[in-house]
Amino acid sequence: MEDDAPVIYGLEFQARALTPQTAETDAIRFLVGTQSLKYDNQIHIIDFDDENNIISKNVLLHQVGEIWHISASPADRGVLATCYNNTSDSKVLTCAAVWRMPKELEPGSHESPDDSSSTAHTLELLCHLDNTAHGSMACVAWEPTGDGKKVISLADNHILLWDLQESSSQAVLASSASLEGKGQLKFTSGRWSPHHNCTQVATANDTAVRGWDTRSMSQIYCIENAHGQLVRDLDFNPNKQYYLASCGDDCKVKFWDTRNVTEPVKTLEEHSHWVWSVRYNHSHDQLVLTGSSDSRVILSNMVSISSEPFGHLVDDDDLSDQEERRPEEKSQEPPQDSVIATYEEHEDSVYAVDWSSADPWLFASLSYDGRLVINRVPRALKYHILL
Amino acid sequence: MAAAAAGPGPGSGPGDSPEGPEAEAPERRRKAHGMLKLYYGLSEGEAAGRPAGPDPLDPTDLNGAHFDPEVYLDKLRRECPLAQLMDSETDMVRQIRALDSDMQTLVYENYNKFISATDTIRKMKNDFRKMEDEMDRLATNMAVITDFSARISATLQDRHERITKLAGVHALLRKLQFLFELPSRLTKCVELGAYGQAVRYQGRARAVLQQYQHLPSFRAIQDDCQVITARLAQQLRQRFREGGSGAPEQAECVELLLALGEPAEELCEEFLAHARGRLEEELRSLEAELGPSPPAPDVLEFTDRGGSGFVGGLCQVAAAYQELFAAQGPAGAERLAAFARELGGRYFALVERRLAQEQGGGDNSLLVRALDRFHRRLRAPGALLAAAGLAEAATEIVERVARERLGHHLQGLRAAFLGCLTDVRQALAAPRLAGKEGPGLAELLANVASSILSHIKASLAAVHLFTAKEVSFSNKPYFRGEFCSQGVREGLIVGFIRSMCQTAQSFCDSPGEKGGATPPALLLLLSRLCLDYETATISYVLTLTDEQFLVQDQSPVTPVSTLCAEARETARRLLTHYVKVQGLVISQMLRKSVETRDWLSTLEPRNVRAVMKRVVEDTTAIDVQGILGPRPGLPVGWRIPMLWPPCSACFHHQVGLLYEEGVRKAQSSDSSKRTFSVYSSSRQQGRYAPSYTPSAPMDTNLLSNIQKLFSERIDVFSPVEFNKVSVLTGIIKISLKTLLECVRLRTFGRFGLQQVQVDCHFLQLYLWRFVADEELVHLLLDEVVASAALRCPDPVPMEPSVVEVICERG
Repeated sequence: MEDDAPVIYGLEFQARALTPQTAETDAIRFLVGTQSLKYDNQIHIIDFDDENNIISKNVLLHQVGEIWHISASPADRGVLATCYNNTSDSKVLTCAAVWRMPKELEPGSHESPDDSSSTAHTLELLCHLDNTAHGSMACVAWEPTGDGKKVISLADNHILLWDLQESSSQAVLASSASLEGKGQLKFTSGRWSPHHNCTQVATANDTAVRGWDTRSMSQIYCIENAHGQLVRDLDFNPNKQYYLASCGDDCKVKFWDTRNVTEPVKTLEEHSHWVWSVRYNHSHDQLVLTGSSDSRVILSNMVSISSEPFGHLVDDDDLSDQEERRPEEKSQEPPQDSVIATYEEHEDSVYAVDWSSADPWLFASLSYDGRLVINRVPRALKYHILL
Repeated sequence: MAAAAAGPGPGSGPGDSPEGPEAEAPERRRKAHGMLKLYYGLSEGEAAGRPAGPDPLDPTDLNGAHFDPEVYLDKLRRECPLAQLMDSETDMVRQIRALDSDMQTLVYENYNKFISATDTIRKMKNDFRKMEDEMDRLATNMAVITDFSARISATLQDRHERITKLAGVHALLRKLQFLFELPSRLTKCVELGAYGQAVRYQGRARAVLQQYQHLPSFRAIQDDCQVITARLAQQLRQRFREGGSGAPEQAECVELLLALGEPAEELCEEFLAHARGRLEEELRSLEAELGPSPPAPDVLEFTDRGGSGFVGGLCQVAAAYQELFAAQGPAGAERLAAFARELGGRYFALVERRLAQEQGGGDNSLLVRALDRFHRRLRAPGALLAAAGLAEAATEIVERVARERLGHHLQGLRAAFLGCLTDVRQALAAPRLAGKEGPGLAELLANVASSILSHIKASLAAVHLFTAKEVSFSNKPYFRGEFCSQGVREGLIVGFIRSMCQTAQSFCDSPGEKGGATPPALLLLLSRLCLDYETATISYVLTLTDEQFLVQDQSPVTPVSTLCAEARETARRLLTHYVKVQGLVISQMLRKSVETRDWLSTLEPRNVRAVMKRVVEDTTAIDVQGILGPRPGLPVGWRIPMLWPPCSACFHHQVGLLYEEGVRKAQSSDSSKRTFSVYSSSRQQGRYAPSYTPSAPMDTNLLSNIQKLFSERIDVFSPVEFNKVSVLTGIIKISLKTLLECVRLRTFGRFGLQQVQVDCHFLQLYLWRFVADEELVHLLLDEVVASAALRCPDPVPMEPSVVEVICERG
């Protein structure tokens, strides 16, 4: 079977923003936001048909500006938030807004692809996250398991918690906190922890990683100098509540236990340039995906710090149908942390990687030149984890 | 005689002598002999060696004693045919004749002898008659003499008896006198101090007195004697205890006391206790020297004193003991061994304490001499008291000290290395006086290298003293084998080189990754140092070690190649880290410059931005710093000429390349102009044009993708090679990639784009000469400008000629 071959989709514009449609659990669907200063920007809704290996797309126009960050509501499939550049009279301000896609594009509506490609749909604006007082928005993060009513946004040195009311048509600033210190402090990235009843958020600014309690909007921990240089991205382990991964310009990926912020639990140094994105697999947290500006995507197997136990024994009966895997399965040595695969399909810097919300064995990566690559976890490993 | 003759006569049977007459002669004589013997009743068995003939009782045997002619004839007649009978008859006749003639000859031969014998007998008869008379006379004379003698002895009898009695009495009286005088003599002897004499007297008298003690007078004497003896013993003990008189005299005392019958066991104890007292005295004085006060005598003096005082004393004690108490058997020997072990142990403890004080010190020769003395001294008691294991313990101490010494030297080497590094840091940090160059890196490197090497050599020399031929312990197996191979080679040299590599590597892992802590120049210097070690120094040092310490041990040692690989790896890591650090410094500059500027509202570019000039300056500085280039002004040190060839070849090659480019400079600047024209003007009409015109965004991607298809993927933080070009290429790659990523995060106004254009052109003009492949610089800078153009809503590029003018002016 050739189904391990990557599937490549090309966008016409440069792109940095990628997210799976978080609320969708059946179809494999990614949202990609483009960056173009000269044309109307688009959001591509990319559907992947796993069985036939076919990609189908829908394009939504996003006319307000180029998209720097995109995130989908965990509760409502039709709702998403973007951070976009708003250029006006020689000023660039990054704003954030919550949008609803047109009804007909929501899953379930069976529309012919050529129809949709001919007529680009426009997003329906639900509300702006008003940041005039706070500066440029770096990212928007939804409360992971809530009802899609709470959103965190990071604006320069402010962390803002919004309440979306009246079916998201109104955003009310519930509380906020800001980072004080000398110099220009600027958040680069933030993630909402799925643990602790969704009361924790982690942010990155410069070389530090900070944890915040959303109830009091106060800092709970701070990893100073988490990386030698700028921290680019964060992700929480979905199964182990204190574990956190970070990546940055020192080419490293570090894994932290937030109860002990002095030393990383583990450090990976596989990339040869800045690491822009790191993502835990949603169900098998030993699978860690990283994307870097060395144009590579690396899938690592961090068995030693995963929530799954070591040495999953495989029944010999189950093995009999998988002849080619036999020799390696026979040697039951404890698995080591290792790089599973390095994906070199990109030719420009990879700024975003993410797992599909529907299929835990599938992920997408997006490089600056607009190339979206969909890959799968190697089957041997998949079976090894499952069986 | 008749019987003898008659025997063989009929006995010469036909089957008896089948051989010829000549051969049967001795046979026959023997036969005759046998018959004589038979006649005289000698047993048949005495004729040994003869083959057991036919049954002697056989009546048909002609020669047998029981021959019966009738039976014989019967047998013949019955058994033999006529012819054989005839034959035996003739044979018989012939034999009889021969026997007859033999007999006649014998008679003739012996006749004369018979006659002379008869004469002699007659003469003897006469002589004997005369002798008989004389014998009679002698007998009468003797009778007279006997008579006289008997009378004389009868008269002298009683007088003789009296004399014998008197002599006996005299002897007895002498003995008695001796006995009576004994007390006074003993007293006198005791007074005079002639204890030996006294003990001898006492010994002689003791048995007698013992025997006759039931007589009152003797009893008195004995009592007296005992009193005196007791006093004597007491005095002896007194002397013994006083102890001032030294071991030999004491030994004498003990000997005398033993002769006096004092219990040996007790004496043993006392002797040893006494010896212990003295030896402890020695130990105490030694300990006092150790004392808390620092100005202790040097270690040589200490061991000397210990050797002559304690060890000498112990030797004397042991020798005397063994002589005196040899009769004590194994128990005594064991006691002595225990004694020696205990005191020896204390002595060793003291020596070790002293040696421990010495550990910090630097003078190995003194230490080795001291150890030598110590070890040599202990050989005598060691031989004397094998059971006490003193020699082994001494060897162990020496070995331990040697090991500690090795550890100490390793520490010393490490400290020296760290010291060198500190010096280098200081030299690097020292503010440069205006116009005056500080010490060049090359010079610093040479200093460090030679200083480390001299330290290594010094350590080797110091340690080598332990194995010198004249040192008594150098032939111990430890010093011949393990010390050389595991101790010196592995522990000291290999250990040091490893720790050097580790120390150097630790600079790569320094947590403060922002650079700071370690000056980059130090990284570069260390890298070069490690590389030098890889190429030459390691093998040189190890060869030196192997030569100095002829390693006989077969235990596995680290091969040179492994160490070299480690050193090379260290050098590589250091250099890579250097590139990272330097790249980071320049990156930070570029990043700040891109991030902090407002690119949308910037003015039309008039100048190259200062930061770009700074970047070029810094890169040039790194290039000049290039310790990796040739080093003409090297101070001629140890083996530098030897050290360089293997790698300098490649560097000369590199340098040669550089020089050639220098020669081609006119051309080269030509080419740079050409690239420039491609870079900006040809872009206008050429392949980059679409990216600037808002017509076809698809083409941009297409073109940049096509361009990427044909260019190699650039690994930014890739490992570097050991040459200047590779290092600079690495640094420039990192810097430009950073520039690219930063540019992509910004939005540019028209003039912002133009400024980027100018800056990139400027970099292009100056950076190409540092890298291995100038195409790389072009590619990265092209991409920067292309990205900036993409990030510009209003991309109007500047006229190439203007760009050129600005850059040349800048």
